[in-house]
Amino acid sequence: MIALSDFINLYLLPGLVVGCIYALGAIGISLLFGILRFAHFAHGDMMTLGAYLAIIFTANFDWSPYAALPITVIGTALVALLLDRAFYKPFRRSAGIVTVIASFGVMLMLRSAIQLIWGVDVKTYDIGIRFPMEFGMLKIAPRQVTIVLVTAALVIALHLFLSRTRLGKAMRAVSDDPDLARVSGINVEQVVRWTWIIGAGLAAAGGVFIGIQTKVHPNMGWDLLLPLFAAAVLGGIGRPYGAVAGGLAIGLCQELATYPWFSEEPFIAPGYKPAVAFSVMVIMLIWRPTGLFRGRAF
Amino acid sequence: MDIFSPGFLNYLISLGTMSGIYAVLCLGLNLQWGFAGLFNAGIAAFFAIGAYTTAILTTPESPNYLGGFGLPIVLAWPIAMLLSGVIAWAIGRICLRLRGDYLAMATIGIAEVIRLLIKNEAWLTAGTRGIPNIARPFEGLPSTWNHLAFMGLVMALVAIIYWAAERAWASPWGRTMRAIRDSDMAAAAIGKDVTQFRVEAFVLGAMVMALGGALSAHYFKFLGLSATEPMMVTFLVWVMLIVGGSGNNRGAILGALIIWIIWSATELLTNRLPGEWITRTSYIRVLLIGILLQVVLQRFAKGLVPERPPRMIDDKPESR
Repeated sequence: MIALSDFINLYLLPGLVVGCIYALGAIGISLLFGILRFAHFAHGDMMTLGAYLAIIFTANFDWSPYAALPITVIGTALVALLLDRAFYKPFRRSAGIVTVIASFGVMLMLRSAIQLIWGVDVKTYDIGIRFPMEFGMLKIAPRQVTIVLVTAALVIALHLFLSRTRLGKAMRAVSDDPDLARVSGINVEQVVRWTWIIGAGLAAAGGVFIGIQTKVHPNMGWDLLLPLFAAAVLGGIGRPYGAVAGGLAIGLCQELATYPWFSEEPFIAPGYKPAVAFSVMVIMLIWRPTGLFRGRAF
Repeated sequence: MDIFSPGFLNYLISLGTMSGIYAVLCLGLNLQWGFAGLFNAGIAAFFAIGAYTTAILTTPESPNYLGGFGLPIVLAWPIAMLLSGVIAWAIGRICLRLRGDYLAMATIGIAEVIRLLIKNEAWLTAGTRGIPNIARPFEGLPSTWNHLAFMGLVMALVAIIYWAAERAWASPWGRTMRAIRDSDMAAAAIGKDVTQFRVEAFVLGAMVMALGGALSAHYFKFLGLSATEPMMVTFLVWVMLIVGGSGNNRGAILGALIIWIIWSATELLTNRLPGEWITRTSYIRVLLIGILLQVVLQRFAKGLVPERPPRMIDDKPESR
């Protein structure tokens, strides 16, 4: 049997960190689905873009990735606004599924643009080796603490935005009933713009965290897509808080599934982690398509 | 360039074969998207199921993977199609009672899981090593002739699928499918089992895609992990169908031909560039094809050959 400390240090904490990253991506997918009513396939590549924009600053100016975070978030949000204007806005009034095809195309355009600009090699931020802090039996890497804390701060900020500001309330209104929101005088296009800014901004933060935690490569957006969708479905699509819970749950499930629960061998081979996300998604679609947080059943 | 040189002839044959294989995939996607309006982001999964099933069933015994069944292709191909259909049925049953986006998300999942299975279960699929020595039909013939014969086989299959799809399009089944695609609520209100029809279209499409995968495995005679790469299969087939004209079987075939000619011709051109540019231009190529997709979606949504409603069989226009 593996000691409890190893269970926490090698499975639970990494699961929590991965869960935070998934949560940041899934919020955007869930919000966009709620407001624009389509599954945004390019969202994983938004995260990739964020991760690569940070490389501009870490590689050229020797910034720490944390310092590059705000400007990366803004940059990715701007790109998202441009992409929306060019590729999604023309489809506002057509069936959602055509927009899905457009986002599928944007996904591959983003990826090939990234490959063209930065090449296909795996990159890191060169933060150097930092030794983990030890608290008794716990070994926690500083970056794990930062990722969890920054994610928590971003989620709280999102909560305050959605519950306290006029714009946040308008956003929830559009998500609940776009037609009713429009006739009550809400500027839907403004809400859409802010949905992109928030969704893409959080995705960029998640992407930078992936770079801090492991490494950056052009195909990582595709690998992220399945866990992100699974998290959004689990949390209930259109429900940002659900997406946070769903992201954490998928991250933890994926890591804990590789724990040797019943024998000396990992319960699920590490190579099959994305299959765990898929299983969760399929179970939810069969059992409760509205998600844990009673999102919308479309 | 001497157009009668054997090199150019071989190029033409490979062009015909490849665009034929893509036409099969495109016709399969048209059954799903053009007929029923179902978004499938996991074409690569059904392609790979078809390719790996036939490769495992027809190759000689090998210590590297599960093989040695030595089945003839006339048996292996239907089995490959059946397996793909069963998997499509399972996923369709779960997702198709929900909104289309859920199917889209689930097909990403299927594509990922199939890719992981092929990568990790090396005892079954040879993993990263790949499966060599897949027999191509007509290999007994002299070199150019066997290529030509295989191209003929591919084209014959395209013709058969086209004929069947056209029949289906004009049949009550195809009309119901269009009705469901354009307004599922109206179709449900007149008593059509919407989910059942969608599952049928999804399964049939997946079976045709598996045939495309099987053809590709026997054409290249080698099957590796690149078969599960979403780029070459899923993305290209989508672009082909959208550019050619979704909802029109002729459009599906024309789209496959045109996009494959553009794709392979630009590859020939860029391969003459100096070293580093070869890799660079391949990304520019994807970028440009992506922009082409967006332009067609926005400006020419019907594609090159727009959809045509099936002819009324018993109702002559002049009698109205």
